[in-house]
Amino acid sequence: MKLFSVEKPGLYTTYQDLGRVGYLKYGVPASGALDRFALQVGNILVGNERGAAGLEVTMQGPELIAEETFVISVTGGDLSPMINGRRIPLWKSVVIKKGQVLEFGQPRQGVRAYLTVSGGFHAKEYMGSRSVYEPAGLGRKLEKGDELVGEPRKQKAGTGLFFTEIPDYDRDVIVRVVKGPHHEQISDKVVSDFFAITHDVSPQSNRMGYRLQSELKTNHEANVVSDAVPLGGIQLPGNGQPIILLADRQTTGGYTRIGTVIGPDLPLIAQLPPGGKIRFQEITVEEAQEAAKQVEQKLRIWERIHR
Amino acid sequence: MKITFYPLGEAAVKCCFDEDISAALTNNIQSFCNKLNHHKHLGITEWVPAYDSVAVYYEPWKLSYEQITNVLQPIANEMDAHYQKTKTVITIPTVYGGTYGPDLENLATANNLSTKEVIDLHTKRDYLINMIGFLPGFPYLSDLDERIAMPRLENPRQAVPAGSVGIAESQTGIYPLDSPGGWNIIGRTPLKLFDAGKEEPFLFEQGDYLRFTSITDDEFKRIQREVEVGTYELERREESQ
Repeated sequence: MKLFSVEKPGLYTTYQDLGRVGYLKYGVPASGALDRFALQVGNILVGNERGAAGLEVTMQGPELIAEETFVISVTGGDLSPMINGRRIPLWKSVVIKKGQVLEFGQPRQGVRAYLTVSGGFHAKEYMGSRSVYEPAGLGRKLEKGDELVGEPRKQKAGTGLFFTEIPDYDRDVIVRVVKGPHHEQISDKVVSDFFAITHDVSPQSNRMGYRLQSELKTNHEANVVSDAVPLGGIQLPGNGQPIILLADRQTTGGYTRIGTVIGPDLPLIAQLPPGGKIRFQEITVEEAQEAAKQVEQKLRIWERIHR
Repeated sequence: MKITFYPLGEAAVKCCFDEDISAALTNNIQSFCNKLNHHKHLGITEWVPAYDSVAVYYEPWKLSYEQITNVLQPIANEMDAHYQKTKTVITIPTVYGGTYGPDLENLATANNLSTKEVIDLHTKRDYLINMIGFLPGFPYLSDLDERIAMPRLENPRQAVPAGSVGIAESQTGIYPLDSPGGWNIIGRTPLKLFDAGKEEPFLFEQGDYLRFTSITDDEFKRIQREVEVGTYELERREESQ
């Protein structure tokens, strides 16, 4: 059934789930929500499977008119979501009634919000995922007049995330990195500088990657035999300006990578505005796996409680 | 085969084979990947073969880094034993020159060849797919005849149509999608290298060989119609290595 009609599409609003699995070897980017934590929690709060499709809202949100009465939640960055002009809480499921208007105002913290609906959005699926990836024609961003469909369940609202669990999206973040695979091609001095200095987020940052402006001086040979580029991989080209590769990255690349930002810390990057600041902290792969396990365990517990 | 592992964050590992890039290594990498199919239940989610490495993605809550390397090491150890004696060769029908291949004449002139000689040299060899990347379904092909190599265009085009066959330096390739590009375009195939609507959206994978064959305008239009309605049968042969 029709859930929303789109009055204003917002700056860049796309369906995203947890991305395509199994097609990287054919050169298809994984895509999926940049802030995977926020999307998954959003789905749990409305009683969905964690990987259901939501809307990823960027900076300036859309204006949507409800065509039914159903349960929604907005998680992730605080882009001032409102129903009929009144602020609604983030990280909590709420009811939107037929005829009401969901809109967004000033970005207050973070740059990406996730709108989830009971039952998920029934957007067209390509290769097992509803995540939009426009360059390959896999869906497109929202446009005025679009009708968003789904099959919401009858359920109560009011489920919220305990306040201590709500992420704090700072403009100045420290993210954890596992070194490699090309760090041996970069001098020890450059590697230690990389971890010591603060890097700035460039305005040329998007779902493909975050470009950083950095004072790093390097003179390493930046070309390598092309290999697969993982989510969170940090390319270090010869100009010393790192690029953190994200969900819509090309699947392979030929530049040196100094390390990989760990999955649990990618939401912090996804929520950084241009001008935001990043420092990198080296950890071991074992520590990284422990961190990932803890997040996964939390999500599983919350999923069990709320379904 | 000697292999070195590098963690790619907490959920992927790069398996780097300590060997020079060659057709034999690509063959070995293909069989390594085929073996991974049998280990998906362990928490391996997908993998990406490249020139001298394979990245294996896995779920860290099911497999620790130590465990994944313990799964992969024995597969690497037995790689040579699974060397595949046959190769898959896929024919790519291509119209050369004209509006489909606007750079064919330039490329011929620059290399002191006739356009016919360029076409002959381009269609004579089978090209091994070392890797797929850059764009969905874009094959990285090796072994272009040096006599038809050519630097990239000084001014890349805003839009290169899907199916365009190009040459850049000593590489040849096919654009799977309409996209900007700086390759010298010498022809076009009516085949769809990427069709998101199909059950099997891609025509080939790493380790397969491509063989270009010259077709006429009329054949191009016929094949294009057949591809459109789904009746075109891809020419795919098993040959000895």
